[in-house]
Amino acid sequence: MALFLYLIKKIFTLGPTFLGITLISFMVMHLAPGEPMSLQTDFNPKMTPEMRERLRAQYGLDRPLHIQYLQWLKGMAVLDLGLSFSPDRRPVWDKIKERLPVTLLINVLAIGLILVIAVPLGVAAAVRHNSFFDQVTTVLVFVAYAAPAFWVALLLMLYFGVHLGWLPISGLHSLMGYEQMSVWEKLLDWCRHLILPVLVSALGGLAGLSRYTRSSMLEVLRQDYITTARAKGLPEKKVIYKHALRNALLPLITILGLSIPGLIGGSVIFESIFAIPGVGQLMWTSVMARDYHLLMGNLVIVSVLTLLGNQLADIGYALADPRIRTGVQVED
Amino acid sequence: MKAINHQITKSPNHQIPWLGQLGNNPLAVAGLLIVGFLCIVALSAPWLAPYDPQAIDTWHILESPSMAHLLGTDPLGRDCLSRLIYGARISLLVGIIAVGIATVIGTTLGALAGFYGKWIDGLIMRFVDIILCFPTIFLIMAVIAFLEPSILNIMAVIGFTSWMGVARLVRAEFMSLRQRDFVLAARISGASNARIAFSHILPNAVAPILVATTLGVGGAILTESALSFLGIGVQPPTPSWGNMLTEGKDNLEIAWWLSMFPGLAILVTVLGYNLLGEGLRDALDPRIRDSGKNN
Repeated sequence: MALFLYLIKKIFTLGPTFLGITLISFMVMHLAPGEPMSLQTDFNPKMTPEMRERLRAQYGLDRPLHIQYLQWLKGMAVLDLGLSFSPDRRPVWDKIKERLPVTLLINVLAIGLILVIAVPLGVAAAVRHNSFFDQVTTVLVFVAYAAPAFWVALLLMLYFGVHLGWLPISGLHSLMGYEQMSVWEKLLDWCRHLILPVLVSALGGLAGLSRYTRSSMLEVLRQDYITTARAKGLPEKKVIYKHALRNALLPLITILGLSIPGLIGGSVIFESIFAIPGVGQLMWTSVMARDYHLLMGNLVIVSVLTLLGNQLADIGYALADPRIRTGVQVED
Repeated sequence: MKAINHQITKSPNHQIPWLGQLGNNPLAVAGLLIVGFLCIVALSAPWLAPYDPQAIDTWHILESPSMAHLLGTDPLGRDCLSRLIYGARISLLVGIIAVGIATVIGTTLGALAGFYGKWIDGLIMRFVDIILCFPTIFLIMAVIAFLEPSILNIMAVIGFTSWMGVARLVRAEFMSLRQRDFVLAARISGASNARIAFSHILPNAVAPILVATTLGVGGAILTESALSFLGIGVQPPTPSWGNMLTEGKDNLEIAWWLSMFPGLAILVTVLGYNLLGEGLRDALDPRIRDSGKNN
């Protein structure tokens, strides 16, 4: 019951946050100079000022800003993100929909990779605190954390793509002969194209999370109940994996939730490097074309994903931590 | 009364020789050396650089590293080492000023929220939550693409999107200190709110702010290089490590040195700031220090 109330309370704080996000996005876009029209009209010699005004009226850009925002919000209430300002005038949601799966796939794979590598690495370093292994991984993690992802991407492309010729360096699938492949060959082709992007997008998070795992584990291993468990004569394996790790993982749930914006933000960079048609690339083109609706749509989708990620983290935290689950902890 | 007041208000951090602690940590010393070295390079760029970083030399384009050009030349025949040295100025400048802006905003908002609490706190922290929900690079892209991508704008935008961590730190510090005896003592002796906040509570928050700032410089340098790499940061022909990498990307198959060295420079710089920041954290945090378990 306490858990249920906790979740309800959480969900009610989402509404204002979401509204705030849309309001700030809208203001940022409209305070800056330039309009969707200017790209289409500025260099068109046949365009008269009257025609431009008519075009602006047609797109609703002549109305006061707060009306435009309320108009957009009204559409949002029925999940309508409006039409793109680009000449094709397609619904924004359609444009995002066809690109979202790719970005999500890469990010989910990257999170999976981060978890599978970072947690065991952090635990191993904490258990062998101050050993040679610990020192080496600490230095490596620092280096990985400081390396710019796009540079690592370039080096990997240079080595595996150009020098060794093992992996493709751009796109989602081969351009030549893709249609003739069998299902399995297509799958393999996809995997080969995904290896480098997933590796690159996981790198930063990998370093961060293994560092957090290590310090969280160290903190827990210092506590009295671990000494008690050892004094009871429990085998070391049980002390570490059953007693220590469970508590050490708690803060990591939150860290992982908070790292979602960064991961999605990274999409812009690696999608541009590897020429992957995802949301990051769409975002980029919408910024360049000042496509207000498309940009708003992208920001909304991304922030909703982030909010969802944070909520999942909170729920995971509540499920894992009995103090929240049973409502013993009153402080928020 | 004055003497007692003085004694109570003095925070524990001020008396501890944490600098010596920093010296015992080899990683932190390495970080300090790297940062110091970079500052010297950036300051003395005109004397260190063997060539003019903008000088085009069409006779020597895309030459691999040699004695004449230690790090090779780019597609316009410009000396990569000289551009790298001048690029250090841009990276450090953007990093430090952006973080300076972030620290001022974060400290002010965090102090307001933590000192006054109630609805002011609620409002400010909700705002922090909202900004944290944006993938900052999207927000920066949106703003920079609309504004002019000048160095000044880049510093401002990175600063305006990275103050949230500092705000949270300062707020936490104010919340835990505003009920303490030394604040009460200051209040009784007639100190104003501003005086209590700035000269009694804030000095206690200097340590965590210093750590966050040092780590923040590394982050800001990474952001700047990513923006320049995407073409919306520092604009050519001004050399920045990020836009040098863009040239590397365009010549990936024929000139490895173009992508190798600028990236290495970014890595070493960010590494230096991160090592120094973590070292400061360990040296300033009495909890870690006293348990004798230094990282």
